[in-house]
Amino acid sequence: MMDESVSITQIVQRLKGTNLHSQLEKQAKECLHKPEIKLETLKDDVRRLLKASGWERKLQNAVYRELHILPPPGHPRAPPEHTKEPLAYMRKTQVNWEKRILKSLNSMCTELGIPLARKRPVAEQKELTNKWNEMGTDEPDLSKFRPVYAPKDFIEVLVGLKNPNNERSEDLTVRSHWGLIQVSLNVRDILQMVSLPFFISLPSIFLMSRHKELVSEQDSAAAQQYSRQGCPTGLRAQLWSLILNTTNDPEDITHYEQLKARVIHHDLLVDNLIYKDVKLTASNDDYYFVFEDYLYQVLLCFSRDTAVLEHFNYNCATPPKSCIQSKSGSEQCAVVYPPNGVIPFHGFSMYVAPLCFLYNEPSKLYSVFREMYIRYFFRLHSISSHPSGIVSLCLQFERLLQTHLPQLFYHLREIGAQPLRIAFKWIVRAFSGYLSTDQLLLLWDRILGYDSLEIVAVLATAVFVFRAENLMEVTSLASAEAVLADLSTLKVMPLLQIFLFATSV
Amino acid sequence: MFPVWCNKLTLKQQTAGPKGAYSSQKKKEGVSAVLLRCVSLCFMLASCIHVSPCSDGDWDFNWCDVGWLRENFDHSYMEEHVRICHFRNHYELTRKNLMVKNLKRYRKTLEREAGRLEASKCDFFPCTFVLPSEYHIFVEEFKRSPGSTWIMKPVARSQGKGIFLFRKLKDIIDWKKDGSRSEEQKEEAQVESYVAQRYIENPYLIAGRKFDLRVYVLVTSYIPLKAWLYRDGFARFSNTRFSLSSIDDQYVHLTNVAVQKTSPDYDPEKGCKWQMQQLRQYLTAKHGFETVQTLFKEIDNIFIRSLLSVQKTIINDKHCFELYGYDILLDQDLKPWLIEVNASPSLTASSQEDYELKYRLLEDTLHIVDMEGRLTGKEKRVGGFDLMWNDGPVYTDVGLETLGSSCLVANTHLGCVNDRQKQLQQLLKPFPGQKRT
Repeated sequence: MMDESVSITQIVQRLKGTNLHSQLEKQAKECLHKPEIKLETLKDDVRRLLKASGWERKLQNAVYRELHILPPPGHPRAPPEHTKEPLAYMRKTQVNWEKRILKSLNSMCTELGIPLARKRPVAEQKELTNKWNEMGTDEPDLSKFRPVYAPKDFIEVLVGLKNPNNERSEDLTVRSHWGLIQVSLNVRDILQMVSLPFFISLPSIFLMSRHKELVSEQDSAAAQQYSRQGCPTGLRAQLWSLILNTTNDPEDITHYEQLKARVIHHDLLVDNLIYKDVKLTASNDDYYFVFEDYLYQVLLCFSRDTAVLEHFNYNCATPPKSCIQSKSGSEQCAVVYPPNGVIPFHGFSMYVAPLCFLYNEPSKLYSVFREMYIRYFFRLHSISSHPSGIVSLCLQFERLLQTHLPQLFYHLREIGAQPLRIAFKWIVRAFSGYLSTDQLLLLWDRILGYDSLEIVAVLATAVFVFRAENLMEVTSLASAEAVLADLSTLKVMPLLQIFLFATSV
Repeated sequence: MFPVWCNKLTLKQQTAGPKGAYSSQKKKEGVSAVLLRCVSLCFMLASCIHVSPCSDGDWDFNWCDVGWLRENFDHSYMEEHVRICHFRNHYELTRKNLMVKNLKRYRKTLEREAGRLEASKCDFFPCTFVLPSEYHIFVEEFKRSPGSTWIMKPVARSQGKGIFLFRKLKDIIDWKKDGSRSEEQKEEAQVESYVAQRYIENPYLIAGRKFDLRVYVLVTSYIPLKAWLYRDGFARFSNTRFSLSSIDDQYVHLTNVAVQKTSPDYDPEKGCKWQMQQLRQYLTAKHGFETVQTLFKEIDNIFIRSLLSVQKTIINDKHCFELYGYDILLDQDLKPWLIEVNASPSLTASSQEDYELKYRLLEDTLHIVDMEGRLTGKEKRVGGFDLMWNDGPVYTDVGLETLGSSCLVANTHLGCVNDRQKQLQQLLKPFPGQKRT
């Protein structure tokens, strides 16, 4: 009970002072002029009118959104880091990892003699403004830059995670865990997954009228429920936007324009990392290369968006700080760098690329991406015990595979092809760039619908199960990689169905 | 003419024989044994053992180029079962000037017989004039719309060669000086006619880039007209962002891969193509299901009417079939425009995916041509091909009761799922001795 009232207080606190709050007040005041309002029943009448005009629904959606990003409940005396991540050894590993990344970034900065941030001269600002819609035509010299880290670096950190209280015997038994992740976290097994209604029904045209209702009702929670079945292509953009409660109000557009202005005025070192990443990944993809310009427009703004710092309330990571020389040169103060606290890594732009299929107004695309990042994607590269965190997902993948295809797992292990080494890159990117776009969007429908990334781990297992026969024949890591190199022909929902239902009996 | 990507193709040196001609044993009984190999492997791999090169005239199936056709068709005697991949005067549809002439004439007839509304369904090609013969009416039209951009295309060239854009008459005045050639000279290789066409200045752009669509239509007979539409196809993107300010930059405006390949930006690994399915998904996500459904219906209309316009002109021949490559451009209002029709669509592949598409396309073409006589002739779908027109519109068998029985759904599925393997397995279950009707 106490938790609930604490949450309610928190949400009320957060919503106070937002634009929605002032709009509601305004609407309520306007209601007072209406003839139907009676003094005796003032409160009820105003509420009724707000409901009829759709404002109550907007408030509901806003509350619903806040529930998604509420920090985890904790003891009032516990320090925030403990609430965000209760396991001390995880916190420690995360801190060390952050130190490494920051060191790498700073040393690149020193080596290349490029400042972390620099104000652009007026001429350059003008040029950039003119070229804003075609930044992809720029060919800056990026050869000196290297990504700060790549998934293959990150996996080593996760593999090295150890609970100091856990004595792990060296013997490999049937009961022991054969995979790379050496920590024990509570992850859902297949029976538990199946009991969540993961049934997959094909949307039929009989439901078409329902789709239209959903959009006209503007109900976040209903849209989220609906998305569990997969969204029809023609309505996905609206439904996702509804689920994430992203609007394209004047305030959102203004906010985006402000970010754009920040990009124009200052050049950040991380911008080069973004350019490099886009050029290396999305630009080389047959389906995403057209969206190159949009990716810059989103990611450069994203780096400068301090509103993203809010997600560190529940993200166990800490925003990296760098020392910036003050104007007088005498002091050094630590500021968050980059401003949004997120250092991009190799493949980061692939979180944005699929969204370009749905949204082409940069401010809209931006809002949706940002919300997806602060709800889901951040968990894929920070070390925590959260069920949707990367550690849990990797562990879940390994456990599912070991439980259901022990022979395959054992075989792969023997030939030096630990399954996680192959699946990790899919999980970190939530399969973006590996599945064909239409299939990827169907997968992300479910991430939104179930508010969890677990389906990514389940899909990774299902892929191995699907190609098990071929995998049993391989004799090296390289050949295992080859069998699993091309996922572009896979159909996500049938694969999941076969895995979840055929194997759960 | 051979698919260039197959390096296994070392067809034994032709003597003076025609290119790409495959013989089989003359006897009918022997045919299935040999041809089956040819068909199932498709002729790219037919370099292997069971097919031998042949001398003039001794073939059952000829995938020839238009040059050979022009020289030899009239002198060849073809037995009943023989098949050849072009119609004698295919150029009525595929030469830009003749296509325009036929379309204009068809439109006029339609207007006379069925009224304005029906005729307006033919308004899918931009205003075009054949030069030099229509030079004067072209100038009149040009002057009526000052500032608009026009595109000049040589009549018989392909792959973007010889095309240029212009806005001022003086850009082509010099050309006109040489332009007073006689009609007979048109047939000669050196002399070219041109068409001047209103340039579509508001193409539909994806992420600032222009693209056009390549769609495949197979015609197995003109009288009666029987045409099939392939579900796969692709969108070819221009490598650079679209802008009207640089009409000299032909790289921007021409989306043919052949031209793109010489663009300084071109990265062969990049792939300037999207599969039709991808494009259809993208458009549906942007504009909704119904809008895109309507768009594709309009595209079907282009195929059907363009074929109807030459139906009476093309010399029908039961030995002939033809696989056309249609180039379609979309404008910002999602209206499709016909750019041109190719009788010999390129079969070279720019990527693995492209190779697979063209391989499947050819394989299904051979299934429809059906040299082994495995089909009944009543099929509405063979592999990736859907029967689009069979002396009249073709509708799907699946009735959608919820939408009412009055709603007939066209049997075309451009950009839809192509589960051809499954369909072919069911269709071609061995039925020995089955005759084609």
